[in-house]
Amino acid sequence: MSETKVNQFLKTPVKVVNIGLEGFAKELEQQGVTVVQVDWAPPAGGDPKLADLLSKLGT
Amino acid sequence: MKQIEDANQEALRRMLAADPVLVDVLPAAQVIPELTDRMILHAGPPIDWERMCGPMQGAVMGIAVFEGWAPDLETAANMAAEGAFEFHPNHHFDAVGPMTGMTTLSQPVMIVENRTFGNRAYCTINEGLGKVMRFGGNDDEVLKRLAWLRDVLGPAMGKALGAGDGLPLKSLVARGLSMGDEMHQRNVACSGLTLRGLSPAMAETANDTHDLAEALAFVAGNDQFFLNIAMAMGKAIMDPVRGIEGSSLVTAMSRNGTDFGIRVSGTGDTWFTAPVEMPEGLYFPGFTEKDANPDMGDSTIVETIGLGGFAMGAAPAVAGFVGAGAASGAANFTRTMGEITVGENPEWTIPALDYLGVPTGIDIRLVVETGLAPSINTGIAHKEPGVGQVGAGVVRAPMGCFRQALETFAESVGVS
Amino acid sequence: MSKVIINDVRRGFYLDSVALMRFSRTIAELEGVDEAALMMGTPANRQIMSDAGLLDDAGRAAEGGDLVIGIRARDQKSADQALAESRAMLDQPTARGADAAAWHPRTLRAALKLEPDADLALISVPGDFAIAEARKAIRRGLHAMIFSDNVDIRDEVALKQEAQELGLLVMGPDCGTAIINGTPMAFANRVTQGTIGIVGASGTGTQEVSCLVSQYGGGISHAIGVGGRDLTPEVGAISTLMAIDALDGDAATEHIVLVSKPPKPGVAAKVLDRIAKSKKPATVCFIGAEESPMPTNVTQVFTLKEAARSALALDAGDADLAAIHVPSHRTRVEGLFSGGTLCAEAQFIFHAADEPVASNAPVPGVPVLGKTANGHLMLDLGADEYTRGKPHPMIDPSVRDEILIDALKNEEVGVILADVVIGFGAHEDPAGHFTNVLQEHHTEDGPAIVASVTGTEEDPQVRSAQMAKLETAGVHVAPTNADAARWALSAIRSRG
Repeated sequence: MSETKVNQFLKTPVKVVNIGLEGFAKELEQQGVTVVQVDWAPPAGGDPKLADLLSKLGT
Repeated sequence: MKQIEDANQEALRRMLAADPVLVDVLPAAQVIPELTDRMILHAGPPIDWERMCGPMQGAVMGIAVFEGWAPDLETAANMAAEGAFEFHPNHHFDAVGPMTGMTTLSQPVMIVENRTFGNRAYCTINEGLGKVMRFGGNDDEVLKRLAWLRDVLGPAMGKALGAGDGLPLKSLVARGLSMGDEMHQRNVACSGLTLRGLSPAMAETANDTHDLAEALAFVAGNDQFFLNIAMAMGKAIMDPVRGIEGSSLVTAMSRNGTDFGIRVSGTGDTWFTAPVEMPEGLYFPGFTEKDANPDMGDSTIVETIGLGGFAMGAAPAVAGFVGAGAASGAANFTRTMGEITVGENPEWTIPALDYLGVPTGIDIRLVVETGLAPSINTGIAHKEPGVGQVGAGVVRAPMGCFRQALETFAESVGVS
Repeated sequence: MSKVIINDVRRGFYLDSVALMRFSRTIAELEGVDEAALMMGTPANRQIMSDAGLLDDAGRAAEGGDLVIGIRARDQKSADQALAESRAMLDQPTARGADAAAWHPRTLRAALKLEPDADLALISVPGDFAIAEARKAIRRGLHAMIFSDNVDIRDEVALKQEAQELGLLVMGPDCGTAIINGTPMAFANRVTQGTIGIVGASGTGTQEVSCLVSQYGGGISHAIGVGGRDLTPEVGAISTLMAIDALDGDAATEHIVLVSKPPKPGVAAKVLDRIAKSKKPATVCFIGAEESPMPTNVTQVFTLKEAARSALALDAGDADLAAIHVPSHRTRVEGLFSGGTLCAEAQFIFHAADEPVASNAPVPGVPVLGKTANGHLMLDLGADEYTRGKPHPMIDPSVRDEILIDALKNEEVGVILADVVIGFGAHEDPAGHFTNVLQEHHTEDGPAIVASVTGTEEDPQVRSAQMAKLETAGVHVAPTNADAARWALSAIRSRG
């Protein structure tokens, strides 16, 4: 049986993209975890019509 | 949507496959047969005389005198107001022009051929800094220089290029990037490399050593000489990318001093326009932002291919133009533009970013999603005609163009 | 009014024009300076400076390779200062690379360009957007941990189904705690690494079990959060089953612990069937559930403490708790919890002892708050009704202050029961905050206070330091939340 993606995930040091609360990224960083903080903002500046269009068009 | 991803990959493939070569310099009328008497090509999306900004009106007046259509500037202005001239965007005739972007039949244009796809694009010769027509300058000094470009430098360059196989631009730009150029605000390295490439053949084909010396001195003394070549190259690279059904990549960004316009591959030749914004930057002594004209020119074609503001990381010295930005922040401009592009150019790399390729292929979906408008490095013209350049800075493309384009694009792929 | 123009020419000193323009602007903005420019002395530049009224004879004589400083000022003093400033700038370029590290990507897509090997997206954006971000993450091959709540359950189902097809794990929504390969994520503790794998539908339940395992000398392989709704019939335990699969296949894990509220029979059967297929022993703690038949490799337990002890094959380990005197007129225990599952555990202990108890977040058999007039109260202060528009009490313990002060003044209350949860994500000093309130409002003849600290010695707040603060303030500190509940129970029963 080939190893599942989840098992691979559990076997290797976790590498994180943190989308949201920056404190989580800072704490991970302090522990020496690889983490990239995303300066997240609502897609399309929060315009629901454009956001809907974008989700259909996919990015 | 898979259709869009596939179309964009094809668009990106065409961009990266391009092989632009500077092949010749010829009078505009000779290479653009549709360019007839009293027809003026200008920068940006379509615009009529009444809506033109001061510098563009100034340039129109000057070029009408230069072409002999009017005896003086005042008459030229009256004629323009009465509809004596036909105005069209450069982009509609395989051409581009910096700032006001005046292209008329007798001006020499540099010809860049995209050898992969066989298409050609044209741009006039860069006039240098200060009081020049592209910034709306139109006095005797400006017109005399245009005549010299037409009569001396243009033919000299044409002959030199004709004597060989042309000047391949892709590798030249790659070297320029590693030498600190971003090809919009800074063309020092590429201008030098061009001179190095052309001067032996220019010497070989020269009839008059005095003219040759003048020609070489002019190119040598003009740090922005390569800009117009880069622009023709940009146009030559992007034209084969037009009209790919389902592609959301930008094929042109351009401004006429009043409107900013973009074209998107999947929506063909439609211009999506919004009012241009004011550049933020540094001014020559004696001038302030009160003197500045809004953003202008076809030169944003270089950002469209991943240079200029997109390649800021290669040119830290230019980053200072943002005002508060430090040179060490230059890389961030390039990284940020990576948020709105679908790929990187593996041949145009930035040593300081560990040889990251310049961000390539602006996707309107990513622009609207992230709210990050393309960042453009630009010169700043005085708002009154005839004064010339007063500074340089950075400006953002207005988001309105991209929002409009996205809605039309969505319809084109059956999404609403 | 006279103007002063001074020029200074540096022979053969080259600086890039952009750098010079920046210097020019800085000098021109100095007090008393009308205009200033630093330029290379080319004919074109000298013309510009002359037009701007900045040139004197010295500047006019400059050549292309010379740097010209031109200053026009209100008076000689301002001009001299500006010149000195200009020279200083030229001599001491301020290269510090200040902006180089400041860049953060704005999108997951760009983040992955920086870190192509990233394998987990930790998502804590507002609930309306969390699913969209999680969908992007799984489509790019990342596992997702969604801390955000207020996510539509239909979106949760669709997301988890898509992730399942991709073979990717979705922890959450509303997943507060996970420990992956020794790394505590969001609200979690620095525990010893070991052989016990936890699957938790509850954040504080997972924290308490993992900390106790650590305290008892064991260790945690992984603690996988699944989100509070994973074991509902709608979601059908998609993430729980994947987590069990993973721990079953994980070489580091020797014992599996499942912590959840009691699921509906259909979901419970599905989960237990999966555990039954494993060769590894397992402990199941459905907080508040009745005893029910279990597969042969499964031990059912009823408290978090039992879960930790069972996983390590330890006996019940009843704590030796000293008698607490409660006057007879004080009849009630009031539990004020920041951790929902800690509240549930206390309810279960009171309910199993046939004590009347009510809660705003009741376990099976316990009535909802307000339906019984008398009896004990167990409040989950992290529930929506207390946190709307406010941070969670684990982040901001002041959410508990008002209700704690009321309880301290209430003549009916014999024992106040509280939890203190520390670790990553939590407040930097929750015990200190709690004891500050006590110092101000607690009197000798007031209610007794019983508490426990969920956490470890390796946590930033340090468990023993937090316990010491509580003890100094007169709090009876139990070794576990379950012990604290039992202690409160025995105190109220033996009052007099």
